[in-house]
Amino acid sequence: MSAMGKWMRIVAILGILGIVAAGCGGDDEEAAGDFKQCEAGETDGDLAFFNWSEYMDPDLITAFQDEYGVSVTEDFYPSNEEMFAKISPGGTGYDLIVPSDYMISILIEEELIQPVQAEAVPNRSNIAEKFADPPFDPGNAYTSPYQWGTTGIGVDLGVTGTDIPHTWGLLFDADIAEQYGLDGRISLLDDPRETMGAALKYLGYSLNSTSADEVAEAEAVIADAVSRVAAFDSDQYSELVVAGETIVGHGYSGNFLWDFEEGESEYTYFVPDEGGTVWVDGMAVLADAPHPCTAFAFTNFLLDAQNGAQLTNFNWYASPNGAAEEFIDQEVLDNPIIYPTAAAMERLEFIEDTGEFEIEYTDALTRARG
Amino acid sequence: MSKGVAKSTAEPMGASRWLLRGHSAAVFAFFYAPIVVLCVFSFNDSNAVGNWNGFTLGWYREFLDNDNIQKSIWVSVKVCLFSTAIAVVLGTAGALALERFRWWGQKAFDAVLYLPIIIPDVTMAVMMLVFFSETASWFNWIPGINVQDGLEKLVFSHVAFNISFVSVVVRARLANLDASMEEAASDLYANRWQTFRRVTLPQIMPGVIGGALIAVTISLDDVVVSSFVSAVGGTPLSVYVFGMLRKGVSPLVNSVSVVMLAASMAFVVASLVISRATGSEREER
Amino acid sequence: MPVEAPLGDAPARESVSEGATEVATPGLERQAERAKARQGFLLGLPAMLYLFIFFVVPLGFVVAYSFATRTRSGRTELRDFNLDAYARLGDDIIMTVAWRSLWMATVTTVICLILAYPLAYFISTRTPAVRNMMLVGVMIPFWSNFLIRTYAWRVLLDSDGLVTQAFQALGLGDGRILFTSNAVILGLVYGYLPFMVLPLYAAIERIDWSLVEGARDLYASGWAAFRRVVWPLSRPGVVAGSMLVFVPSFGAYVTPAILGGNKEGLLGSYIVLQFLSARNGPVGSAVSVVVLAVMLISTLIYFRAGGKTL
Repeated sequence: MSAMGKWMRIVAILGILGIVAAGCGGDDEEAAGDFKQCEAGETDGDLAFFNWSEYMDPDLITAFQDEYGVSVTEDFYPSNEEMFAKISPGGTGYDLIVPSDYMISILIEEELIQPVQAEAVPNRSNIAEKFADPPFDPGNAYTSPYQWGTTGIGVDLGVTGTDIPHTWGLLFDADIAEQYGLDGRISLLDDPRETMGAALKYLGYSLNSTSADEVAEAEAVIADAVSRVAAFDSDQYSELVVAGETIVGHGYSGNFLWDFEEGESEYTYFVPDEGGTVWVDGMAVLADAPHPCTAFAFTNFLLDAQNGAQLTNFNWYASPNGAAEEFIDQEVLDNPIIYPTAAAMERLEFIEDTGEFEIEYTDALTRARG
Repeated sequence: MSKGVAKSTAEPMGASRWLLRGHSAAVFAFFYAPIVVLCVFSFNDSNAVGNWNGFTLGWYREFLDNDNIQKSIWVSVKVCLFSTAIAVVLGTAGALALERFRWWGQKAFDAVLYLPIIIPDVTMAVMMLVFFSETASWFNWIPGINVQDGLEKLVFSHVAFNISFVSVVVRARLANLDASMEEAASDLYANRWQTFRRVTLPQIMPGVIGGALIAVTISLDDVVVSSFVSAVGGTPLSVYVFGMLRKGVSPLVNSVSVVMLAASMAFVVASLVISRATGSEREER
Repeated sequence: MPVEAPLGDAPARESVSEGATEVATPGLERQAERAKARQGFLLGLPAMLYLFIFFVVPLGFVVAYSFATRTRSGRTELRDFNLDAYARLGDDIIMTVAWRSLWMATVTTVICLILAYPLAYFISTRTPAVRNMMLVGVMIPFWSNFLIRTYAWRVLLDSDGLVTQAFQALGLGDGRILFTSNAVILGLVYGYLPFMVLPLYAAIERIDWSLVEGARDLYASGWAAFRRVVWPLSRPGVVAGSMLVFVPSFGAYVTPAILGGNKEGLLGSYIVLQFLSARNGPVGSAVSVVVLAVMLISTLIYFRAGGKTL
């Protein structure tokens, strides 16, 4: 038969095969509520830990390994969405993940994470009251808070001078870019909710907007800015500023502070006046985790007062652990970037799951990036 | 085809001659300059890349000390060895089946065998990701195979594309062989297996080895497919380095890169030497 | 594919011994044929099975995914099959990315051709010893790790990088082309140039130079001889090389990821984005299927145009 005919045949067979095979596959159901019960300090094998990059103190990992006699394998992700994409097919072998607030709501609804077992994590009593009953996970039924922080802009003041407007316009506005020579020296987070959120705040809307018009406007803002943006990056936003590749970077508080120490210029980080995100990351054990008890033991370990403080002293994000406060370095506690003042907190919003609308954010950012 | 003397008339005279030479030299420089720069800067005693600050072996020491990198090298080597072994066996058998026999379905097999070569690696990566996520539970029934956290997915995927490369090389070799030796063997009452072992195999060995070396290179080189199917803690070196590269330039990445480049270049040279050695053996016969 | 005499007696070929026995035992001949065919089938069976399970079926899944439904949280479920993903292919964003990929792949191919042709020509006019050395010189980067070779440009184009410094020193502006499409094109050209040189060389090397001599005897100038004789005869190599450069450039992912700053991506980047970030399995699969189809069609065109095996 002709070559074309042969190929058509093959494609048709493939399509049919795929649909048939697919119909027969996909049979992994978890009986709800049928999770393995663990006791405090019990471990059941090595831990597979899936976390954001540069978020965990290696010394804590070593300490945990020594104390419990298990080994910890770490893998990293740069955004909630990528983490979700990796774990949602199931059977990935990860035990513990660290999703952000809105993603936790999604994970609970998708039944991808299992409830926390209170007996296995007695240190939960250390959690500060403010974080004990968050809207995205009532009563902390599924997660235990890990760190919290803000998202804002890091700026190389050595280049721009100290007199800069504290606005998201530094990222989006063409005039400001021209004024301070920012063209091609801007980086944005590669994160639908954060980046769209920044644009929404810039326009004066809520970053949890479910209005298609508002989101469309935000999309236009970003699309307009793309030509001035060097990169969409959720990994090296701070390194780029310190290296001089970018002048302003959109990113998270702790990472900026950390990398500013390495730099030679004068830097600052702030949440713009229009407002921004305050986020809480939580530790969650996957529903199909192969070693849930070790995961709970690790959660408990991190909720210990001193360990929690060590974590904050390491990554310079704020700790939701009330008992840890006395062990945290004073200079960290006093730093308004890490622990914003009450007035500053007023301007900040938590990202919330917008239900059916959620995927619109992702699609809008994909379109805006071009 | 006339070579040698006639060719010299093909070379242009005058100005074009030097233009041509200059151009060729420039292209070779283009090929190697970045590699040379990379090598040079991997010895640079500075955190920034671009200003020379003194010679140091520190980055190579860090490369050796870095546990994650060492682990991923080990993963790469294991995956490479397993997948090459399987691909060579299956690919050679397939090549023989296509070149030396006639059977029903041959054309279809031939066509399917070409697909992994031309398929874009992103599509292949996506295919394997989807496939494994949908069928993981079935595979886990096979004793000894744990698709979740093992190197199985990597090995399976690598074999899938390497079979084609191995078979292309072996087929090319088979096609150039003189089958009269094999006919002579069967005239001398050798059965098929004996003929294969004593006559065919030695003759196609350079092709098999060539195919194996290609499979090794491709397996070690592969980034996109591997990054989609690697499991917990089973990250091959190329994927790990890709992650590092995306974080930006750093001298540590430079030293890792130089090591990887040296390894792949060594393979290339080795394969060329082997093919030249065995090739010239044949010509002498 | 060249047809060689298979092991032992071949029913398809006439050979002296066969002519003698043909009439005597036709039944046995056919049995032998069938036995051989069976052997061939069994020999190829493991590879066939393997490819079926680990290639054909996954491909089938992807095709199935492209018709599947995407849940609100971004998971793909194989039910309610529909054409939504394919409908989305007409979206502006995808058209933009597709055109951009087409443009960049074409530019890359043309630049590679311009760079590679003189080099291939030059190599083929050397003596065999020098020729082999030069070919080895081209093959080494050809087989070396693609990722690292692309990264090498990242180093050079960094803001402290040598190339950027050189640009600044020469007064050609601030020389920052990193994270622009020019950087991506540079990376693609660098990555795939050897793929153009080798087939070109193979084609040019095969040319019958006595034709060129003849042309010159007929008072053709060097350029005319080239244009009228060498170029047309080298065309198979041009086509082969162009395919080998165009096809991977079109679906590139690694190069834009390292040199392109993660924005204004190519189709490869777009597909990965759909799966990892945008959580849209159906659209990602649909685009993958389309890219594969484009590749297949180009390959078919190549073979139709008389190309031999790559």
